[in-house]
Amino acid sequence: MPTINSIDDLKRLREEAQKIKEMRDQTGKTQIVVGMGTIGIAAGARETLKAILTFIEENNLPDIILRQTGNLGLSGQDPVVKITLPNQEEVVYGKVSSDIARKIMQDHVVGGNVLVEYLVKE
Amino acid sequence: MRELALHILDIAENSISAGASRVEILVKQDFLNDELLISVKDNGKGMDKELLAKVMDPFVTSRTTRNVGLGIPLLKQAAEACNGKMTIESQPGKGTELKVKFQNSHIDRMPLGNLADTFLSLLLGTPDVNWVLHYQVNDQVFNFDDTEAKAALDDMPLTDYRVIEYLTNTIQNGINAINENANKQGVNYAHN
Repeated sequence: MPTINSIDDLKRLREEAQKIKEMRDQTGKTQIVVGMGTIGIAAGARETLKAILTFIEENNLPDIILRQTGNLGLSGQDPVVKITLPNQEEVVYGKVSSDIARKIMQDHVVGGNVLVEYLVKE
Repeated sequence: MRELALHILDIAENSISAGASRVEILVKQDFLNDELLISVKDNGKGMDKELLAKVMDPFVTSRTTRNVGLGIPLLKQAAEACNGKMTIESQPGKGTELKVKFQNSHIDRMPLGNLADTFLSLLLGTPDVNWVLHYQVNDQVFNFDDTEAKAALDDMPLTDYRVIEYLTNTIQNGINAINENANKQGVNYAHN
């Protein structure tokens, strides 16, 4: 489908997606959560979220659920990003700059490999 | 924080924490009266007088587990340093409206920053809230309400890559059009 330019295009897109969804079995979706408390925002969480959105858009990634949430309670680790691939345990990354976010998207979300060096250190 | 748009994001997070289902953000630059007004209005759980009095203080929160509201005194201080002020009107069970005013041309006034990214973070990151934006420069205004787009998409996630592209373009172009128009009118945008 070409670029979406109007509300009517959105409706068509939804109908198209509905058809594909019916054919596909329950493979689940990848969940990404970015912590956006005051400290997270000050530490650059908006840029981190934006980098993730841009990555999804540029790479046409399907089946991603992205959420932003308040302070995740991991002080000193902001910006924090949680990733849960379908049927896998949640992985929590800390101090995720936009550059690191792109790397996580590429290696973990697309490639399936957890980036141990960026995990939150308890 | 280095931009007003980041403060707006922070204030809107409070609305989300207050359980709002609708949040309306207004940013209005009035060059005639040399005023920059920001308002964040929600239909969340609101605050009683006691909490309202305390909320301008740092480290006050309406819940015990998270630092909600930490950014409010920072923004208040920033406004007061620019001949401005902050007011909060709130009613328990009805919602809260936070308004903050700056002398627009004040040398210490923070740049507005990336309002589009702030709004997109909220809209895409918290899709269950109804997000409304009004961005106004003098008499030109860009209004965006996500209701129509969400109705068209029904249960489809906003984070579909094509939807992200559409929403990003719509918001960014809407804001740009207002700024370009103001530029044509001879308004100086160097400060933005």
